[in-house]
Amino acid sequence: MAVLEINDIVTAYGKIEALKGVSLSVAEGKITCLLGPNGAGKTTLMMTISGILKPQRGAIRFNGQDLAGKPARTVVGQGVALVPENRLVFPEMTVEENLKAGAYLRRDAGKVPSDIASVYERFPRLQERREQYAGTLSGGEQQMLAISRALMARPKLLLMDEPSLGLAPLIVEDIFRIVRELNNEGTTIFLVEQNAHMALQVAHHFYLIEQGKIVFDGSPDEMEEDEVIKRAYLGSKV
Amino acid sequence: MDFYFGLLQIIGVHTILGLSAYIVLLTGQVTIAQAGFFAIGAYIAGMLTVLAGWHLVPAMLVAALVAGFVACLVGFPALRVKGLMLVVATTAFGEAVRLFWFNFDYQIAKGDVQVGPLGGEGFKQIRFFPENGWTTGDVALFIWFWVAVIMAGLWWMDRSRAGAVLRAVGEDELAAQSVGINLTAAKVSAFAVGGFIAGIGGAIYAHYTTHIEHANFGVILATFAIAYPILGGLSSVLGTLLAVIFIQGFLVEGLRFLGDWRNLLFGALIVLAMNVRPRGLIDERVLNTLRRTFSIGQGGGNA
Repeated sequence: MAVLEINDIVTAYGKIEALKGVSLSVAEGKITCLLGPNGAGKTTLMMTISGILKPQRGAIRFNGQDLAGKPARTVVGQGVALVPENRLVFPEMTVEENLKAGAYLRRDAGKVPSDIASVYERFPRLQERREQYAGTLSGGEQQMLAISRALMARPKLLLMDEPSLGLAPLIVEDIFRIVRELNNEGTTIFLVEQNAHMALQVAHHFYLIEQGKIVFDGSPDEMEEDEVIKRAYLGSKV
Repeated sequence: MDFYFGLLQIIGVHTILGLSAYIVLLTGQVTIAQAGFFAIGAYIAGMLTVLAGWHLVPAMLVAALVAGFVACLVGFPALRVKGLMLVVATTAFGEAVRLFWFNFDYQIAKGDVQVGPLGGEGFKQIRFFPENGWTTGDVALFIWFWVAVIMAGLWWMDRSRAGAVLRAVGEDELAAQSVGINLTAAKVSAFAVGGFIAGIGGAIYAHYTTHIEHANFGVILATFAIAYPILGGLSSVLGTLLAVIFIQGFLVEGLRFLGDWRNLLFGALIVLAMNVRPRGLIDERVLNTLRRTFSIGQGGGNA
């Protein structure tokens, strides 16, 4: 069952088309990964799905509802939350204020404190630092905060834009453990990565994007068998 | 005594002006338009009391609403520009407002004199206070009543959800959008509320000086408007008040004995203050100390 279906999306910055007709689908309850080099359009796609950028044409269907061109607040309200590239926590707000900001659109304000408590259970480091400015956290802690902030919206689909970017290998493993954990708990995840090795350990399905177009669509096994991908993304010797 | 009341009046009105810029700065927008909204408030309220014979309070509120409405109109195009370009755009707007009043004549006969704004000569005889027998002390009290109302309103807003939204927009627009915040609504309402507050300040200013002219509302005033909250710090409205007292009370009045050297020292002291306290006179640490001392917000939690 595809929970997110993207059909022929074109997004442009001025005259330059960053996405030249992208189509893909994300299966419910699975981890789908989008791989691709710098400048391929990965972040543009994430921002288009989350309503921060407007596509020129194409359809984005989430649970059957059309989200293409809808503002970010509608998309978040429908249950799609983005963990942005480079984390983008609110640096001069405390950890707890960041979490509250994530629950901004929630109608059930009464349940927010218990959700914050369960975030702290998952990430004890964040509880230790709850009164601290988010800008003073380490990169890994900021990534955990960014993920937690997105979770505060109780998303059905979590979009993650390069969560491993600029983090130490041990922290990256931590992050991917969390990705798998969230998925086991029932959250569908659409992940953008450049770290193909890590992604291979968690993702159920792969897409490869190059120059604004999807050039590969397949299972992890199929990906490992593809000679071109092997050479370019997995770096194994031929 | 009148000197001190006069000083209190200046500090009060400038605090209102500074607070009008405070709320816009929270959203990360640097605005040089506040003197323009201040001028709109001053002229409209003056015309309502002098030409239409209104009481000051309704005149002030109507003038503030007009200023707020204009600010709302400025807020929309301001969405499309950021940083330095916004500074340029809002400066241009402020100058356009000033030049509008420079060219605007609307006089009527009252008894045997002509009253009303008269272009470059300004708008004289805004005599609501003396005509109604208010003393300087009464006026100072009136001004500080409004300072208190506005400060309390913004203090409360700062601690509410609305304040968190404005700050989130100011810190990172992309992140704010990703949690579902409506950027347009946040930025435009900050502008509108800021314009409303500046309008109140202008209305009061016109009546205690009794004579306004376009030159009062130039870039210098607009610069002061943002200097107060920036120097005072954006952690709390108290910073703006303290910065106004520091600049108007200490630097402008307190150093008068230095004669012409004052202006030089003036700039140097502001630079020094910003270096010693880069996050403003009242930053989060001072605020926490204050909170502990007075145990403010024990019941309200640490929102």
